[in-house]
Amino acid sequence: MMSPLATTTLLRIGPVPISQAVVTTWVIMAVLILGSAMLTRRLSIVPGKLQAALELTVETVDAQIRDTMQAEPGPYRAFIGTLFVFIFVANWSTLVPGAAPPTARIETDIALALLVFLAVIGFGIRSGGVSGYLKTFAAPNVLMIPLNLVESVTRTFSMFVRLFGNVMSGVFVIGIVMSLAGLLVPIPLMALDLLTGAVQAYIFAVLAMVFISAALPDASLPERTSP
Amino acid sequence: MNWLALCSIFSAALAVSFGSIGPAFAEGRAVAAAMDAIARQPEAASTISRTLFVGLAMIETTAIYCLVIALLLLFANPLLG
Repeated sequence: MMSPLATTTLLRIGPVPISQAVVTTWVIMAVLILGSAMLTRRLSIVPGKLQAALELTVETVDAQIRDTMQAEPGPYRAFIGTLFVFIFVANWSTLVPGAAPPTARIETDIALALLVFLAVIGFGIRSGGVSGYLKTFAAPNVLMIPLNLVESVTRTFSMFVRLFGNVMSGVFVIGIVMSLAGLLVPIPLMALDLLTGAVQAYIFAVLAMVFISAALPDASLPERTSP
Repeated sequence: MNWLALCSIFSAALAVSFGSIGPAFAEGRAVAAAMDAIARQPEAASTISRTLFVGLAMIETTAIYCLVIALLLLFANPLLG
């Protein structure tokens, strides 16, 4: 059985090896970009079915941001929404025969968690300035500074390990069951894997919201969770 | 099959089996408490379930750490070379 930490190199561009996960990511990116462009090309006041579904999605994301961050969703909608939609589509790309979800490879998850890490710093500095952002490290009191510094790294680590562990273990278990009994037996596990994928995308987005709102200076700190 | 490989396989199985006991109990308790709360206050169901999902993700992390340790022992063991 292939190691879940190994990568399969499909092609090389110069000295850079391009793995299967990267190609899948490119395809997902292309689908998302083209899909969004097509769906938003002809917006009308009276929405059709597709536009209504799209508006419902955006409004759900907005409501989640408003509930979790207790802030207006304007500046965060693009980042959080893209994060959720990308991870969701990536987790559900197991539905396409022959495709493996890129989130089952640890490098994709590291990249996503790094994005959240940088976004926390970016949103924190943008809303409170550098000093305001640095002050959030001394949030309850000054004694917490080392703990908060450590936490900002460990929570990023646990974020990508969580996504990687969940998605990869689903793929792995399906592979094992498939090698034992291939006909119809893995289907319930695949359904469970789809559910896990959706929940993990939601959790990743919610955690990104919680981390970002913890970095905002005068936020009321709705729920400060630390892994 | 030397001793090091044998110990790695054994401790990988040990890590997953014992590492999943605690989170399983914890998640069961968390879900039970959330069910209780939703039964008492059905109007707060959305807030409770959102917090429950985030909490479950946190609890589950410990089990996933054990899984990652087991996978490292099995597939990327630095001692076996």
